[in-house]
Amino acid sequence: MRRVVVTGLGLVTPLASGVEKTWERLLAGQSGAGTITRFDASHLATTYACEVPVGDGSDGTFNPDDWMEPKERRKVDDFILYGMAAAVQAVEDSGWKPEGTEDRERTGVLIGSGIGGLSSIADTSITLKEKGPRRVSPFFVPGALINLISGQVSIRYGFKGPNHAVVTACSTGAHAIGDAARLIQWGDAEVMIAGGAESPICEIGIAGFNACKALSTKRGHEPQKASRPWDADSDGFVMGEGAGVVVLEEYEHAKARGAKIYAEILGYGLSGDAYHITAPPPDHEGAERAMRAALKRAGLQPSDVDYVNAHGTSTMADTIELGAVERLMGDHAGKVLMSSTKSATGHLLGAAGAIEAIFSILAIRDQIAPPTINLDNVAAETAINLCANAAQKGEINIVQSNSFGFGGTNACLIMGRV
Amino acid sequence: MSDIAERVKKIVVEHLSVEEDKVTENASFIDDLGADSLDTVELVMAFEEEFGIEIPDDAAETIQTFGDAVKFIKDAQ
Repeated sequence: MRRVVVTGLGLVTPLASGVEKTWERLLAGQSGAGTITRFDASHLATTYACEVPVGDGSDGTFNPDDWMEPKERRKVDDFILYGMAAAVQAVEDSGWKPEGTEDRERTGVLIGSGIGGLSSIADTSITLKEKGPRRVSPFFVPGALINLISGQVSIRYGFKGPNHAVVTACSTGAHAIGDAARLIQWGDAEVMIAGGAESPICEIGIAGFNACKALSTKRGHEPQKASRPWDADSDGFVMGEGAGVVVLEEYEHAKARGAKIYAEILGYGLSGDAYHITAPPPDHEGAERAMRAALKRAGLQPSDVDYVNAHGTSTMADTIELGAVERLMGDHAGKVLMSSTKSATGHLLGAAGAIEAIFSILAIRDQIAPPTINLDNVAAETAINLCANAAQKGEINIVQSNSFGFGGTNACLIMGRV
Repeated sequence: MSDIAERVKKIVVEHLSVEEDKVTENASFIDDLGADSLDTVELVMAFEEEFGIEIPDDAAETIQTFGDAVKFIKDAQ
């Protein structure tokens, strides 16, 4: 089977725009949460979220002008803008900007989103109701469709290979990277730009997840303490936004052009719970099967894993995931590092699996596991080191990133040092 | 330049992100100002909104240049 490696990274997160700034703040234990500024949320059950820090582009702020022309930006929802920004970062980082026809035809894009243009759909519905169908923008549909990140990126760079998108709620980012790696393994492409993006912080997004009783509501006075995976006082997840994109490349292709190689995609496992639309089963056996499938594909044992980036959303499902990982690890549980970076970034839904795969890769690069912040009172005793409130140094060669989504869709990526 | 022309120009500059001096009488939205077919649909919508008029689809197709737009709107008012 052809080997697939990661040769470029791109991040837009609530901690910062850019890979290094985000990573630096993540390791320092900072939180991206705050009172919602994008719109007046004072009437909602949840008044806080993890917003991307918009600014002039300095000090890790996100300047929309840096990524898309104002004329183009006006026509797309924010999830496309974030996806484009992360994709441009990743492509620039990889140095892969082919000019030749064949190279372009062998380079594809697979960037997904959990929900897509939610705020555009909401706003356009209001326009339709108030002003009638003749006021619906011709850019509404192409600005809200999930696969238009992949479309926009392909147009920008002339990438004419497979053009695809994943939509599996909070597993989207992991599925996108896993599926894209398989396209390379099967020879459909040499290079794939893969990841996820999301922009759910709008009135209907918060109201909708509040209705599912999924969001934290109790910490309006201290939003930075609200995302607390595995903590006894967690009360729901904190909505995040942003994007994570990687450049995946066939190993020999990367080596031949002297590309910088961050890690190898060793294994990818998928499963379904067949249980409930929003809740995992009490034993999360579906998650465990996804993890086992990924390890099997990698030809590795659970004891080979050094660091697990958990799905860990700051909900009651955290301890269920913990139980599944404990069963998987067995006697190795006391040796593995595990953290939930959602404690710092919030939950980026369709982008979560992608940004967390990148954090896992950086853990290999820098031999350090990012912390789980706000973990003051562990809800369930465990032998696993949850990296409570401080990054943990260690020998990290094999990493695992878990993602689980509404509908009972599970994905697991295993990545390793090359 | 008439008030109508000024207002039309402002919309064109804003929607197509072009320099004001490029928006001349005979400037074609598509050939000279970088618009695609969806941009022209949106421009017509913006003219309708700004001037409180309705521009039927068959009429919209005849509005190819800045001058066409100004003339159509003047006649419609």
